[in-house]
Amino acid sequence: MNQPSASRSPFQAGFFDIAPILVGVFPFGLIAGIAAVEVGLDSIQAYAASLILFAGAAQLAMIDLIGRDAAPIVIVATALVINARMAMYSAALAPAFRELSPLRKAYGSYVITDQSFAVSIVRFDRVDETLPQRFSYYMGASLGLWVTWQISSLAGVIIGSGVPEEWSLDFAIPLVFMALLFPAIKDRASTIAAVAAATSAVAFVSLPLNLGLLAASGLGLVAGVVWSRE
Amino acid sequence: MTTHSPTVIWILLGVAGFGTWLLRLSFIALLGRVTAIPELVMRILRLIPAAVLAAIVTPSITHASGSFDLGTDRFVAGIIAGLVAWRTKNVLATIGAGMGVLWLLQAVG
Repeated sequence: MNQPSASRSPFQAGFFDIAPILVGVFPFGLIAGIAAVEVGLDSIQAYAASLILFAGAAQLAMIDLIGRDAAPIVIVATALVINARMAMYSAALAPAFRELSPLRKAYGSYVITDQSFAVSIVRFDRVDETLPQRFSYYMGASLGLWVTWQISSLAGVIIGSGVPEEWSLDFAIPLVFMALLFPAIKDRASTIAAVAAATSAVAFVSLPLNLGLLAASGLGLVAGVVWSRE
Repeated sequence: MTTHSPTVIWILLGVAGFGTWLLRLSFIALLGRVTAIPELVMRILRLIPAAVLAAIVTPSITHASGSFDLGTDRFVAGIIAGLVAWRTKNVLATIGAGMGVLWLLQAVG
């Protein structure tokens, strides 16, 4: 960490810049693994979720809904709504990815996360690098996160089968979401969206097919957009 | 415990995974043809985390016993964890506070 950044390759720089964030990712992955086993997924599927989706919040929401036997269409729709923000990252990263081969675009897209996007966009803004260097930096950050997520969720799957139910570890799912929620409340619009979504989610609990979550999120979004208009 | 069959779960993971990848690839693949996201769409996308997370969290503590009940151990533990999350914005501290209070209440209750 004490090395001057100039002596590092862009790939290493990306990895070093995301390293402090990985400490907080590990318990999150552990819980994703444990929770998947607890709702009744077999070990292979519980781990496959991390490999196929590689999206923590969406995975946890899916696991939660699978555990409640929600309708399949609601489970998929919820995951995609949660991940819709990835399209925003895709748009912001697109200029730096423009010249890449289709293969690199394909796997580079697969590893987009909140965290690797955040460190990359800061770097692109501050450091003048070629497009290949930018991609290397991004991949250094993204692979650091990917490896951490795979290892931590796999560890969770292995531990999960041995965790007694009395430990109530399923409660860790809402706790993780709570820890993600407060940083997401940044301004008036997001405060209104969160309060409206929270209130209506409580009112919508008995909606059929576990549609409450989607309906409440939608209402929260409408409220946030409407009331934040100047 | 879920009653969805392993086949259904594979399909769920496959469809959600492929859809997620398409969302990630979207503008990277389209660049040149689509240059800007409409302002309204951007505003909605920015608000999604706050709205969705709030909608997931709240019923899990207000309806911990299956129906509306603010007297459960999980509601108390959730409120305290919420305060910790708000003040520290730290995942570990939030999980630690929430699970700690829940275990404590379960032990004395």
